[in-house]
Amino acid sequence: MSATPFTRRKFLISTAAAASSAWFLAACSPDGGSAPAAAPSPSTVPQSDIDKALDTETTLTFWTWVPDIKNQVKLFTTKYPKIKVNLVNVGQGAPHYQKLRTAIQSGQGAPDVAQVEFQFINSFTLGDGSLLDLAPYAPATLKDSYPEWVWAQVFTNGGLWGIPQDTGPMGLLYRQDLLQAAGVEPPKTYDDFAAAAQTYHSKNPKSYLVNVAPSQAGQMIAYLWQAGVRPFSFDGKQTVKVDLANDQAKNIVKYWGDLVTSGVASNDTDFNDSWYQGLAGGKWATLPIAAWGPVFLQGAAAKTSGKWRAAELPQWDPSKTVSSNWGGSTDAVLKLSKNPIAASQLALYINTNKESALKFANEQFLFPAMNEILEDPSFTGQESKFYGGQKVNELFAQISKTVSPDFQWLPFMDYVYTNFAETLGKAFANKTDAVAGLQAWQDACAKYAKDQGFTVA
Amino acid sequence: MSTLADAAPAPTTALPRRSRLTAAKRRQYGAAYALVLPFFIVFVAMVIVPLVYAGYLSLYRKRLIGGTSFAGAENYIRALTDPLFLSGVARMAIFLVIQVPFMIVLALFFALALDSGMMKLAKFSRLAIFVPYAVPGVVATLMWGYLYGPDFGPFAQISKALGFGPPPFLTQTGMLFSIMNIVNWAFIGYNMIIIYAALRSLPSELYEAARVDGASEPRIAWSIKIPAVRPALLLTVIFSVIGTFQLFTEPKLMFSLAPTVIGTAWSPNLYAYNVAFVNQDANYAAALAFLLGIVIMIVSYIVQLSTQRKERGS
Repeated sequence: MSATPFTRRKFLISTAAAASSAWFLAACSPDGGSAPAAAPSPSTVPQSDIDKALDTETTLTFWTWVPDIKNQVKLFTTKYPKIKVNLVNVGQGAPHYQKLRTAIQSGQGAPDVAQVEFQFINSFTLGDGSLLDLAPYAPATLKDSYPEWVWAQVFTNGGLWGIPQDTGPMGLLYRQDLLQAAGVEPPKTYDDFAAAAQTYHSKNPKSYLVNVAPSQAGQMIAYLWQAGVRPFSFDGKQTVKVDLANDQAKNIVKYWGDLVTSGVASNDTDFNDSWYQGLAGGKWATLPIAAWGPVFLQGAAAKTSGKWRAAELPQWDPSKTVSSNWGGSTDAVLKLSKNPIAASQLALYINTNKESALKFANEQFLFPAMNEILEDPSFTGQESKFYGGQKVNELFAQISKTVSPDFQWLPFMDYVYTNFAETLGKAFANKTDAVAGLQAWQDACAKYAKDQGFTVA
Repeated sequence: MSTLADAAPAPTTALPRRSRLTAAKRRQYGAAYALVLPFFIVFVAMVIVPLVYAGYLSLYRKRLIGGTSFAGAENYIRALTDPLFLSGVARMAIFLVIQVPFMIVLALFFALALDSGMMKLAKFSRLAIFVPYAVPGVVATLMWGYLYGPDFGPFAQISKALGFGPPPFLTQTGMLFSIMNIVNWAFIGYNMIIIYAALRSLPSELYEAARVDGASEPRIAWSIKIPAVRPALLLTVIFSVIGTFQLFTEPKLMFSLAPTVIGTAWSPNLYAYNVAFVNQDANYAAALAFLLGIVIMIVSYIVQLSTQRKERGS
């Protein structure tokens, strides 16, 4: 229970999430020529206009759930004293998006700036789009400030839809003591990992190498992403790709399903009290989780301090290290905003000003998006007692560079995540055929897309 | 719904009479209407208008791509063939048949025990039985989540210590009974208070007369008290029927413990919620809610009718 502050805080940021995209793919898509609807590349807003807007009495509304974000906003309002910012927390994740959609639909009451996770950006660019393309308001060099995959998450279909705030590159946390006692090396490849799961559980029948959560679509999508599966795409108009049950994805899902059905991996629901107790009580020797995980775990399993270590995810191809992402968010500006310049400068400032971004990383423990912060010694140099003095931030900063870039999202990820628990998740929970579960997930998502009027490619 | 039926005739009967009213009477009537007016304003604004709006919504179809179009009865036809909705209604029917009689009998038993005046610590017991109703849902989930937990829950630990596996509280088959248990825990006290209040309002001369005739306490309870509180019992049954079909909080809260068991459609109300807020299909959700309302009206009517028949028969 002492875990609560961290659990909540970090869980807020992570929720059911994973994120990346494919401006890359869109750029290469064959129908690129038939896209006159895409906004003509907008001219940059002149600096004089920006200066003028920042020197005008303005009140901005900012909906966000990030704890203590007032500290970053204060840096902005100290620099630009004529701007006032109303911070409003309307809930985190789903309730936040519901209220945002309602406000957008009614045309009033919407904020100027809002927190939007990577994978929900597309649900706000649907149709005429509710988000402002920030490209004209941002420095032309902004792209170079981020790892390629981060930029690809926010720059899709020809527009910049949010300024990245935090990310969640995937790594593997493990209990060094438990693995050593069982004589198991931290696995480097997925073959090793499966073998280790077997050995470990036979030596330690009350504990498992890993949990496969039947409730956690975000984690499974991160596994698929890492293996190179690209199940989704969206052209920004009305065509989507829903391809969850391709052969590659089937292999990945079968791998995890086999671990569960053979009994060497558990299948517990995660992010509830029982799971926290299991983490603290040594029920699992590894936890594949995103970069927000290490701090989260410190809170959730405080009494296991010093016993954990962090590493890269196991690899499918031992010759190259590839990771993926789970969670992370942006600050986006709404089209409805009457002060688009000031709003976009707020989103830019708090996330790209070095002092502000470092505060996010070092005080709120949001895992940074920007290269500059990922390389900053005050961030990477931290030694964590919980991880036996390991420089965990440095490790995850390196992992961030290995995240493969071209992962896209559907404009209705809420449905995809929720349906997981009824299809593939259910197969994990009931120890039935995971590949059939994957097919059911695919069918449900494709049907939903068709029912909603999308063209399913 | 009955409120509507009662309210409607009032103005029509009042109108023709008005001419014969004295000034004093008219003032009284005026005052009466003025006093109920705030209620009706809120009632119309918060119940009638949303209801009409939901009815209007249910006739349309809105898609993420392509916008809104008139759908007529399409949403209703879809709901009547929707296995998720129908299985939710069926599950609630099973729930109703098993849980409600159990709960009402226990509530009646506790109310009679408290009313008999033979219990020590009666005030404390009354409070203790009622308190769960006042416990906020979130606290209740944390508590039941712990109690039902398959790893660290007390029942699981006892069961494991005895050499059995963890009890199947959160499994496909066990969940129905686990939720029944939570509902019992929360609502026995609530129903008990209604029945107990009815018992307290009975004239004690009846019991004295019965005692003079040599009736025992159980006999008094069976032949005098229970028949006398029949209207209160009917009320609790109707409340429970409505409550059961509208079951939402408990499955919603159990979702975090067993998402694959609860899913999106464990109860019809939970399904409507998910359709509206996850699937972003408020129109279909409105149709589901209306159909659910009709189911509740039919079942409530059947319950009422069957008890009236019994009364007439006796």
